[in-house]
Amino acid sequence: MSASNPTTHESRWARRTLIAVGFLFLALFLFLPLIMVFAGGLAKGWQVFVEALVDPDALVAIRLTLLVAAISVPINAVFGVAASWAIAKFDFRGKSLLISLIDLPFSVSPVVSGLIFVLLFGAQGWLGPWLTAHGVRIIFAVPGIVLATVFVTFPFVARELIPLMAEQGRDDEEAARSLGASGWQTFWHVTLPNIRWGLLYGVLLCNARAMGEFGAVSVVSGHIRGLTNTMPLHVEILYNEYDFVGAFAVASLLASLALVTLGAKTVLEWRFGIHRAGAAH
Amino acid sequence: MSIVVENISRRFGGFTALDRVSLETKPGEFLALLGPSGSGKTTLLRTIAGLDFADEGHVLFDGQDMTGTPAAERRIGFVFQNYALFRHMTVADNIAFGLTVRKRRDRPAKAVIAAKVAELLELIQLPQLGDRYPAQLSGGQRQRVALARALAIEPQLLLLDEPFGALDAQVRKDLRGWLRRIHDETGLTSIFVTHDQEEALEIADRIVVMRGGVIEQVGTPREVQAEPATAFVSSFIGETNCLPVTRASGSAMVVQGLAVLPDTSRGEGAGELHIRPHDVELAAPGAPDALTVTVVTSRPIGRSRRITVAMAGLAEPLTFDLPVDASAATGDVLNLRPTHYRIFAKI
Repeated sequence: MSASNPTTHESRWARRTLIAVGFLFLALFLFLPLIMVFAGGLAKGWQVFVEALVDPDALVAIRLTLLVAAISVPINAVFGVAASWAIAKFDFRGKSLLISLIDLPFSVSPVVSGLIFVLLFGAQGWLGPWLTAHGVRIIFAVPGIVLATVFVTFPFVARELIPLMAEQGRDDEEAARSLGASGWQTFWHVTLPNIRWGLLYGVLLCNARAMGEFGAVSVVSGHIRGLTNTMPLHVEILYNEYDFVGAFAVASLLASLALVTLGAKTVLEWRFGIHRAGAAH
Repeated sequence: MSIVVENISRRFGGFTALDRVSLETKPGEFLALLGPSGSGKTTLLRTIAGLDFADEGHVLFDGQDMTGTPAAERRIGFVFQNYALFRHMTVADNIAFGLTVRKRRDRPAKAVIAAKVAELLELIQLPQLGDRYPAQLSGGQRQRVALARALAIEPQLLLLDEPFGALDAQVRKDLRGWLRRIHDETGLTSIFVTHDQEEALEIADRIVVMRGGVIEQVGTPREVQAEPATAFVSSFIGETNCLPVTRASGSAMVVQGLAVLPDTSRGEGAGELHIRPHDVELAAPGAPDALTVTVVTSRPIGRSRRITVAMAGLAEPLTFDLPVDASAATGDVLNLRPTHYRIFAKI
């Protein structure tokens, strides 16, 4: 892609104004709030900031958030690869339905996504009585939070991989098969290396959302302190209790996790871009 | 190895890609599958490879039924139009792939694989490029690497799907002759798909002409050119002039009786007369077996004179080649006697 477009001839003044407006907008709506989050957390000094984070309830929330991400991200990575493989490399009945279904979590409000699970597994839900009889708790417990997170973050990996795999076609896999490779060898030595950057990129986005998801998780978690609170829910509770410093401290940790993800994503995009240019036939 | 294809049919939804196709190859033969797009030639090749499976019929390798055997177990070398090189592997790793994925007990030692790769790099005349990545090679070089990779597993059969389709004209020409030499050196049976008749005529031992999922003719380059079995083969391969005729008891009347030719097609009713441009000679005025035409354009090309002529009752002009010293100026009326022609039933 070339940065300069020879068909447009805006004056230098217009260009500078546009860039300035862009930066101003970003500063106002992105950087400033982010700085405010950190400033709010550090308002009463480093000591209070750290105390808010080592608070037992906060620690539980941090641990739960990491646990939920650690479970749901690998699940979605595996299912995302499987779904994109099926969609991009095979023709079958109901393919367009599957594509629409993958997009469903994006188009449905997260609150509704959460409610789906309450209706399914809740005490008054379809499977509720059976689950209660067998002593299995899903709603207002960790399994429900994981389910809701998996649901909400499902499209990230699949959406990233479907166009990539469709563009690459089946030739490489067929070449590997004709050379005697087994299905597993073909996947491991040919398919996976071809999609690795796209996959990693999808996993990072999925991870960012898994750690930050509020709506769906809020519905199924039940906000039990020290038990079923994730970081975003803990931030809300602290905020509602007028513990602004605590809320901002946990929020800045959450924001830092997002920033790390964003940094990793930028590095990958740079690598990914080079890789794709190099792979162009 | 000899390949036998028996009554293969393949449908994709409502589209019939192959309709009861049968074919036999001889060991060591170089066979071309030639036809326009949609003729089923690639589907036939993929069915032989085991990358696609027929709805009906059988594929036999040396008499052994391979119909349901997947590609991985057929030991075939397959070369794709777009090379399908593994972009994250070096040229050497690409070539070695078929050997390195073998089960431990069948896998050659590292040194043996390296020697094999070096030998193949030598064969494809790229001995220095083993450490490069596919993206760093030209199209022609990539296709040669793809061929080396296919040859590394010492296949019984080499299958090539439009191997030169993505290359420019000069590279195509060079690679053609080179591919034929590789075929002769290795002694493999090879089948390649092409829509380029020139390519097929130049390097194949026999040509399989396909259209609409059926085989129209199988023959040597000479046979498909000089003795086309159908009107389609005649007009698809080489230049031909096509005139409507009416056939009755062994003679064919050209364009409402303006000329009468002996008819060998043993049919009655409407037919098509096919005459190659160089298969005419000048005849005396009034000869009953000659076409009376008016010259539209006339220009010398090499050792012959190419003329386009108009004929009463025909909308399209005809094209013929006369000796370069023939007198044929624009506006002249000529009598042309076909020296060689074929008559087909009207399709």
